[in-house]
Amino acid sequence: MSFINYMAREINCKLVYYGPGLCGKTTNLQYIYERTNPEAKGKMISLATETERTLFFDFLPLSLGEIRGFKTRFHLYTVPGQVFYDASRKLILKGVDGVIFVADSQIERTEANLESVENLRTNLAEQGYSLDKLPYVVQYNKRDLPNVASLEELRQMINPTNVPDFEAVARTGVGVFDTLKAVAKLVLTELKKGS
Amino acid sequence: MINPQMVMYEEEFNQIQAVVDRLVRDANAKVVFIVDKNGQLIAASGDIDNIDTTSLASLTAGNIAATGGMAKLLKENEFATQFHEGEKANIHIQLVGNRVILVVIFDSRSSLGLVRLRVKKASEELNHIFESLLKKVQEPGADSPFAEITDEDIDNLFND
Ligand SMILES: Nc1nc2c(ncn2[C@@H]2O[C@H](COP(=O)(O)OP(=O)(O)O)[C@@H](O)[C@H]2O)c(=O)[nH]1
Ligand SMILES: [Mg+2]
Repeated sequence: MSFINYMAREINCKLVYYGPGLCGKTTNLQYIYERTNPEAKGKMISLATETERTLFFDFLPLSLGEIRGFKTRFHLYTVPGQVFYDASRKLILKGVDGVIFVADSQIERTEANLESVENLRTNLAEQGYSLDKLPYVVQYNKRDLPNVASLEELRQMINPTNVPDFEAVARTGVGVFDTLKAVAKLVLTELKKGS
Repeated sequence: MINPQMVMYEEEFNQIQAVVDRLVRDANAKVVFIVDKNGQLIAASGDIDNIDTTSLASLTAGNIAATGGMAKLLKENEFATQFHEGEKANIHIQLVGNRVILVVIFDSRSSLGLVRLRVKKASEELNHIFESLLKKVQEPGADSPFAEITDEDIDNLFND
């Protein structure tokens, strides 16, 4: 749920990075954090276990610039990917304005990817959202690894509705900002429609 | 189908800010702030230069969401109040009208009793303000300033 503040002249939107455990959601945020000017970002918060697995969420506030005198601020969240954290994932999806699905391109993660997209769809539906109507993009991550599925295969499995999609290597930043920009653009376009 | 938008206008903002400013004084608090349930900071007052209100806002919302989830599992309605006692700082968290979260940070110069009392009054006032704000947002003609933006405006945001 975007928040338009006429007083502060800013608009706030919530973006959620979704995907199976270890697909690279936190790495996306870390790269964005490292490559953003200090004045355009807040602190990155990671609620993680001792082994650096996301426990509840990562959070990164970003400013993207002004549109018609309004500052655009995006709050980026990641969800914990492991199956048993489903209750937490549902909470983080509340009030979401746009979703990035991060897929792990490795062939052995095929099933995990599919389960996670299905889980995303179900959890959104529970809150009255439809994945087909929400600003939504897909990222195929870990393209640098040798054992990855082809782009065509991934598209067919994960992106049958043909939303904007990107190949990425989040560890080195390839595709990270392209993915973010694409979803931010969809969110702003949605606001324009005045839904 | 997308959630109704949260909107803040100058008139209501000033009313909310006045409540928050007064609460800092009346409760002898260090900091008072208001967050919506999605973690967006709405207003803050007190010694806010020395704390990261954006981070606190997001964590407060996460906290309320988590306790809300626990309440649901226990078939409770909602845990409307939370209190965390630290060595120096204490945090009192109050859900207002199931819409926004009122947070008071205080130290030994105040007391839980006083904070509770003042929060109760402030909550009622805030509830009224947010109710009228909600009505205003739902009135026809309350257009988003973004209805006018062009694809070009959006593209320009990313051309750097
Ligand atoms: N080879 C490779 N490793 C990656 C890439 N992105 C993330 N990783 C690694 O995958 C592991 C899990 O990443 P993380 O971001 O914590 O996954 P999350 O569970 O989705 O948050 C970490 O060791 C990352 O360094 C990538 O593009 N290529
Ligand atoms: Mg993670």
